[in-house]
Amino acid sequence: MWGKTNLDQNWANSVTSLTHLDRLEAEAIHIIREVAAVAENPVMLYSVGKDSAVMLHLAVKAFYPSIPPFPLMHVDTTWKFREMIEFRNRKAKELGMDLIVHSNQEGIEAGVGPFTHGSSRHTDIMKTQALKQALDLHKFDVAFGGARRDEEKSRAKERVFSFRTADHRWDPKNQRPELWNLYNARINQGESIRCFPISNWTELDIWQYIRREQIEIVPLYFAGKRPVVEWEGSLIMVDDDRVPEELAKTAVEKSVRFRTLGCYPLTGAVESTAATLEDIIQETLLTNSSERQGRTIDRDQAASMEKKKQEGYF
Amino acid sequence: MSHIDALIAEDITAYLEAHENKSLLRFITCGSVDDGKSTLIGRLLYDSKMIFEDQLDALESDSKRHGTQGENIDFALLVDGLSAEREQGITIDVAYRFFSTDKRKFIVADTPGHEQYTRNMATGASTADLAILMIDARKGILTQTRRHSFIASSLGIRKMVLAINKMDLVDYDEAVYNRIEQDFLEFAEELSAGIEIQAIPMSALAGDNITEHSDNTPWYQGPPLMEYLETVPVDDDRIKAPFRMPVQWVNRPNLDFRGFSGQIASGSVKPGDRVKTLPSAKETTIERVVVHGGDLKEGIAGQSVTLTFADEVDTSRGDVICAAGEPAEVADQFQARVLWMADNEMLPGRRYLLKIGAKTVTATVLDLKFGIDVNTLQDKPAKTLGLNDFGVITMALDQPIAFDPYDLNRETGGFIFIDRMTNNTVGLGLIDFALRRAGNIHWQALDVDRIKLAEQKEQKPAVLWFTGLSGSGKSTIANILQQKLFAMGKHTFVLDGDNVRHGLNQDLGFTDADRVENIRRVSNVAKLMSDAGLITLVSFISPFRSERQMARNMMTDGEFVEIFVDTPLEVAEQRDVKGLYKRARAGEIKNFTGLDSPYEAPEAPEMVINTVEQSAEDAADKIITWMRERGWFEV
Repeated sequence: MWGKTNLDQNWANSVTSLTHLDRLEAEAIHIIREVAAVAENPVMLYSVGKDSAVMLHLAVKAFYPSIPPFPLMHVDTTWKFREMIEFRNRKAKELGMDLIVHSNQEGIEAGVGPFTHGSSRHTDIMKTQALKQALDLHKFDVAFGGARRDEEKSRAKERVFSFRTADHRWDPKNQRPELWNLYNARINQGESIRCFPISNWTELDIWQYIRREQIEIVPLYFAGKRPVVEWEGSLIMVDDDRVPEELAKTAVEKSVRFRTLGCYPLTGAVESTAATLEDIIQETLLTNSSERQGRTIDRDQAASMEKKKQEGYF
Repeated sequence: MSHIDALIAEDITAYLEAHENKSLLRFITCGSVDDGKSTLIGRLLYDSKMIFEDQLDALESDSKRHGTQGENIDFALLVDGLSAEREQGITIDVAYRFFSTDKRKFIVADTPGHEQYTRNMATGASTADLAILMIDARKGILTQTRRHSFIASSLGIRKMVLAINKMDLVDYDEAVYNRIEQDFLEFAEELSAGIEIQAIPMSALAGDNITEHSDNTPWYQGPPLMEYLETVPVDDDRIKAPFRMPVQWVNRPNLDFRGFSGQIASGSVKPGDRVKTLPSAKETTIERVVVHGGDLKEGIAGQSVTLTFADEVDTSRGDVICAAGEPAEVADQFQARVLWMADNEMLPGRRYLLKIGAKTVTATVLDLKFGIDVNTLQDKPAKTLGLNDFGVITMALDQPIAFDPYDLNRETGGFIFIDRMTNNTVGLGLIDFALRRAGNIHWQALDVDRIKLAEQKEQKPAVLWFTGLSGSGKSTIANILQQKLFAMGKHTFVLDGDNVRHGLNQDLGFTDADRVENIRRVSNVAKLMSDAGLITLVSFISPFRSERQMARNMMTDGEFVEIFVDTPLEVAEQRDVKGLYKRARAGEIKNFTGLDSPYEAPEAPEMVINTVEQSAEDAADKIITWMRERGWFEV
């Protein structure tokens, strides 16, 4: 369940200024409330990962004692880890929030998957196209996302309230100035906003906050014995019987964990014995490669993220 | 392995406890192109070990492809994120970067140097505690340095680092450093009072005075940059200011709880405090300061909380809860400093949306008192404000708001202007003071002419002249079109036989002379209406070309739109909505157009509507599309 904050202890000692986590939290809550107040039909995109977990926790805090006044939406590529799906369903139920799950039906019927269609086509059809479909279908005007500016160079330049044209495109050269904490959420018919409340958080902030607030995350983040195979240079988990037989035969049990969570064939595992949050943070701090390295989609070409974003990838 | 790494490896819990309570410093880097801003930030990230191996690999290959440093690592490439920028070698938008040391977490806004991106620089400055002004030691203080320090100080930044960079290229000459520092201090006297300035000689490329004292500058006794950034006090003036909290959201989960959610803008608040909600000025007492996980004994500036009151006081989004003893001011007319951020210039007389705190109101710019040359800081006469122009204006709001002067409170004195048509953020403003209602208001200075009247309505005036036989469908189309335009927020009026012939023209009959006079009068009324900024829909048979030409000549060029409602006589007669054809055929009506009086069809109308093939609804849509394509709805 949601952890008790350590704010009480702080205030008992009559703290006169806020720590960096306090400031990041207050800023994110302000942003989330602003959307709830001005948007006609907002939604929170919930990817079930650790950043989403933090964002959801912040939403709960923002509206307490009310329940967050918007639904959660998960774009399910049908290739997510099974543990993610269980976690997602349980979490929405615990919080009493509506959960919308959207998958690209045409993609499912065409049998699209990473093994048969490759990572970039799979991601485009089952994730990018599916997201656009879902946003169009439900006519959401603002969608929260858990992206952070420290993840990637093009994200470092993106606004907290980021505009999308009617066909979901991002125009990086034509962003609205964003001053103080005065967010302009006004849009014309058909346009929409992606709102990133944790823009200013780093990966370390996320972990520290998860630890401070005792936020529950999917167990896949912690090391455990899991069947893995080597595929396209990454160690991937055999999560179900859709792994090609030839490949599945090579599976070995290893103690691994995941630094990010996505489609299981596209999410590289790292060998690890980190079983507690502290262990994970320790590993993260001492590690030599950045978080996104585990994600196959970013390595395709230089500036690939910027290109994907212009096309509508979140 | 550094001592930090050792602590992480040995006692992660101790490390985390220590790092959970770091403070946060937000700063901007600004200066001219090529002064080395991006290089400096790249260097800070690199030296504070915020670059991972895979990023370093990518950086090395990027350096070879796009870099400007030969075989060496080009740190600027770490920061210049967008591919367009990498190709052009400039920074076109604010990039946010993060790094931390043992003492602090830092958020860096790397802001563009070019003059045309001044607005992006202001975006970065609005949330910064400190500014690093990059100076090329070879060039000294440039126009851009002055502009950036002026904007940074106007936006309330009170601490500046004068980073005198590229000292390696002037042989680490102390005299160069001293001269530049002196130049800047002289200039800084013209900026807002109370700015602390720390000059540091450095080379971002070579790493001098970045993290450690450089042996190349033995004459420099001050701190290296990193040490200064880690230790400079960030006194949060906001906490000492009187309590203010704009209400963002009313929290009402059930009948027993009614709370007001917002981020505390300044001061502190605890149960039992007397507060006043503005602009209604009702007083009450704070009952609880609610956050998830347990109430707070006290909430302070910067925190997002939910307040409950001891008694029912009507409060809604946009109101400001204030310390009862030291409330904010309330007014609806102001003087303010404005930085314009849009290509479409700011015009006196025009109305914009103004957002301050959680409140959005409509503001009319009354007068542009003068512009400020951001390069010399001198006042200059100005009629409009263009992109990146700075000026002092007076303005009036459609309702009173709570505010503090910006110099006293950044949170309750800063606002943005939003264009009502495009919804873009077009300007930022800093409230100086309220104007007295009766006194120094400059309404009379404003010429209210036809252009201003149209601008106020955010439309271009038009006379849509529907001509055609009786029963052709003119009025039906005009009425549907008016409904559609009304729904779009346009200001319209329909002139037709029914409302004109029964009043203004009740003395006229249907002879040719009377028909001409009828049209002359209607044209004049339409002309007055278009002067008033309206879109006027004229629905008259108007059978003669010469009278329609007369009407056209009377209107301002381009405003007359002749729409020929082309319905064949048989069809109109068959419809005969008013039974007039029947009566005319029976001889009861003389001079009936199409029967015993001629109809001269237009030779070159702007539009032809065929009512046989399309419905009145479609015809109205077609007209709207026609107008939109010709920019009628853009002002």
